Amino acid sequence: MRRGWFLPITATLGFAFLYAPIISLVVFSFNESDLVTVWSGFSTKWYGKVLADPQILGAAWLSAQIAFCAASIALVLGTLCAVALVRFRKFRGRTLLAGTVSAPLVMPDVITGLSLLLLFVAMEATIGWPSGRGLLTIIIAHSTFCMAYVVVVVQSRLRDLDMSLEEAAMDLGATPVRVFFDITLPIIAPALISGWLLAFTLSLDDLVIASFVSGPGSSTLPMVIFSKVKLGVSPDVNALATIIIGFVALGVLLATIVQLRAHPKRAKA
Amino acid sequence: MVKKPQLAIDTRPWRDPAAKPFVRIKNVTKKFGDIIAVSDVSLDIYKSELFCLLGGSGSGKSTLLRMLAGFEAPTSGTIEIDGQDMTHVAPYNRPVNMMFQSYALFPHMNVEQNIAYGLKRDGLPRAEIAERVRELLALVKLSDYGSRKPHQLSGGQRQRVALARALAKRPKLLLLDEPLGALDKKLREETQFELVKIQETLGVTFIVVTHDQEEAMSLATRIGVMNQGEIAMIGEPTDIYEFPNSKFVAGFIGSVNMVDGVVTEDEPAHVRIRSDELGCDIYVGHGVDCAPDQHLSWAIRPEKIVLSREKPEGIHDANVTRGMVEDIGYLGDMSVYQVLLPSGKRLRVTQTNVTRGNPDAITWDEEVYLSWGVSAGSVLTV
Amino acid sequence: MSTFDAQSAPPPRPRAWSGVERALAAVGLSGKALVIAAPAIWLAIFFLVPLAVVFGISLTMKQFGRPPYTPLLTNEDGTVQLTLHLNNYLRLFSDSLYVAAYLSSIKIALISTIITLLIGYPMAYAIARAPDRWRNILLMLVILPFWTSFLLRVYALSGFMRGNGVINQFLGLFGIPPLVMMQTDFAVYVGIVYTYLPFMILPLYTNLVKLDGALLEASADLGARPVRTFLSITLPLSRPGIIAGCMLVFIPAIGEFVIPSLLGGPSTLMIGRVLWDEFFANTNWPRAAAVAIAMLIVVVVPIMLLQRAQDAVQDKERGN
Repeated sequence: MRRGWFLPITATLGFAFLYAPIISLVVFSFNESDLVTVWSGFSTKWYGKVLADPQILGAAWLSAQIAFCAASIALVLGTLCAVALVRFRKFRGRTLLAGTVSAPLVMPDVITGLSLLLLFVAMEATIGWPSGRGLLTIIIAHSTFCMAYVVVVVQSRLRDLDMSLEEAAMDLGATPVRVFFDITLPIIAPALISGWLLAFTLSLDDLVIASFVSGPGSSTLPMVIFSKVKLGVSPDVNALATIIIGFVALGVLLATIVQLRAHPKRAKA
Repeated sequence: MVKKPQLAIDTRPWRDPAAKPFVRIKNVTKKFGDIIAVSDVSLDIYKSELFCLLGGSGSGKSTLLRMLAGFEAPTSGTIEIDGQDMTHVAPYNRPVNMMFQSYALFPHMNVEQNIAYGLKRDGLPRAEIAERVRELLALVKLSDYGSRKPHQLSGGQRQRVALARALAKRPKLLLLDEPLGALDKKLREETQFELVKIQETLGVTFIVVTHDQEEAMSLATRIGVMNQGEIAMIGEPTDIYEFPNSKFVAGFIGSVNMVDGVVTEDEPAHVRIRSDELGCDIYVGHGVDCAPDQHLSWAIRPEKIVLSREKPEGIHDANVTRGMVEDIGYLGDMSVYQVLLPSGKRLRVTQTNVTRGNPDAITWDEEVYLSWGVSAGSVLTV
Repeated sequence: MSTFDAQSAPPPRPRAWSGVERALAAVGLSGKALVIAAPAIWLAIFFLVPLAVVFGISLTMKQFGRPPYTPLLTNEDGTVQLTLHLNNYLRLFSDSLYVAAYLSSIKIALISTIITLLIGYPMAYAIARAPDRWRNILLMLVILPFWTSFLLRVYALSGFMRGNGVINQFLGLFGIPPLVMMQTDFAVYVGIVYTYLPFMILPLYTNLVKLDGALLEASADLGARPVRTFLSITLPLSRPGIIAGCMLVFIPAIGEFVIPSLLGGPSTLMIGRVLWDEFFANTNWPRAAAVAIAMLIVVVVPIMLLQRAQDAVQDKERGN
């Protein structure tokens, strides 16, 4: 096919649009000056400031705990759900389950957050659990919406998986649970890893839902950043943002390598 | 001295009404929603047979095989294996193993682990598993490949691993779903004979599903031809080819010339059919279950027709007609002639090329006579 | 070969797997039921019930105390009474603030979706048609922002567009006076396009990369110019990708809160922000719930469109 100039130029401009703000943010995080946009020399002092800020460190630790738990719960529930949707062709309520699990993908965050908060309040009033809001309620809320993403990732891998592999194992004497742990799980492992990583990042990133369901003293990292940002651009937020973006880039890179490594095995045997 | 198992190919138990079948499929029907995949199939298969289920896609042959393996439950009917009712037994509890069309080798296990998988599920001692895996690898000539992963093997090697894995548990019955389908033509022919050899050595009962009629003809002790969920015919390969019981079977296996005709004489020892399409009468040298004036079809294989320049002596003033050679296809070992009859009907005739570069061979646009013997064709009423 | 005598084959014996299946069987649960039940119960409690609770509370009135809304059911002398208030919904229609916020949300979401499509489509197409060794790199460049914190990207953009930001400094080099971009509707449009661009590109790419190159060659061979080929072959075939991409941008954009509050000005009305303010600033939970229900009604149709587009794609893949 002949290539025109239109596509490459739009693509280049598009990528420039996507990356210019992030690059400028990273660059200015090394700026010595207090004035965020006037370059006055290279410095890492803002990183020092971030890493010594107890509020930020506390929030980061809290966010990491929440993200780890939420991603793990979402992984287990999401994988079960994907297996049910892909492997059990017919059961009552299948359409309802399929619709319900994918709805949180597109549900506006404000609705998810508000509805879960009202649930927790109503539950506390009627059955006394969960008492108050904080770590636990944020974990539950994040597990619910992260689960939808895990289902999408695992489902597409399960669909590609040749069903006769599972049948062959069963034919050779393996019971269904055994088949799942011997055959299905090892083969879909890369998808499980990327599903977990995706859930982890999404949880780490969420501001709106966490703001609704968190309680006093349980401010997550995005909540802290948001309150700082609302006051205006500050150089230490630039440094913090650079650290987070660096972590994510590293994670995506690792995930991609895992996927590519797994790729040759994917060839149907 | 190792005793050679008694083989069904030699004893032909299906000809003995008293013989006990090994696999007994009784009135099995399978519906998927409104679609009837298998419709009231009854079939007996005997010990150490190599039975082929032959049919096009959607004929129900794979569904029948999957019901034997236990992956699908029949909507009605029963399946007995070795005298035990297996209709609702889970696949992992059946004395049956299957070789999959895609081979379904576990990609994360090496060849040895693949073969050992079923044995481990049976809880065999480690030493015995290792011994059996070694034996199987020798059987399929892959002794040096035990530690390879499936994606490091060629198509033919994968096929043999799949076979070894399916044989590992010494199943009473081995199901093979298009076992040679994924191989190229040349490899397929070699593997065909190897498969028969292994089957004869072990004496295991094989049921093979295939859509390839040549494969079925050369492998099988008996063939079951399936069409639209039903068994159209069961018989030895020669029966299926030479004595088809219906227009479908005659047309499905090999190539055939089919003409319409009307019965003019219906005697116990012969039948005469008038065919306007052929432009002559057909004299059939045996009795046929039909009535005078009945419209029916008559089928003849291309190699059963003789071409000649001189008019041959007709039999009972029948079985000879004239036509013009319209086209010739030279295939090396034989030539295919397309002969146009005055009625507009075209017949396909094959002649073996006995003489090398025969200058006197029948050629394009020649007027020729076509003739055939009294039992060369089949009279088909359905 | 005597070892292979089929007669001596051991009888099949079922082996339960390390107790798990035996334990399940003892409780009378099949594994299958458990696999379905665990996620189904979780979703019922934490997704479906909350929506019902929101609807219930939208029918109450604000009050001071804990919880800050009137109870739906009251029990007086043994008679249970159900009290429903519709005035939250009536206010949504009578108060011009809400009506304006809805209309403006839909307008902003719609326009940004179209702009995102116009930018995203050629990008997705360029990636899909790129040589193999480039394609994965380009794709990763799209995925990377998708994984990067949404909040931080909005923040990065605000630093970029502010009065003394990079853009204005750049314009200053040419003597152009600084533009006021922040705290305008314009900034909100840019923000939505910027943050949701990957959501548009990815489904479009997945669709376009499957497009058989032979179809384009066939079209060219039959005498169609590139533009004609694009309009009559590529565009219609990429419809499921376009629908999916547009819905993935439009639906969350409707309820967007972070972008209008960080980039928009006080006059930028969006329903997500109104809900937030009702809840956090006015602590009027019933009103916030009513706003949420009304927002849900607006996004239900696009959600169903999205679901249908995805089902169509899956059915097609299953068919192949």
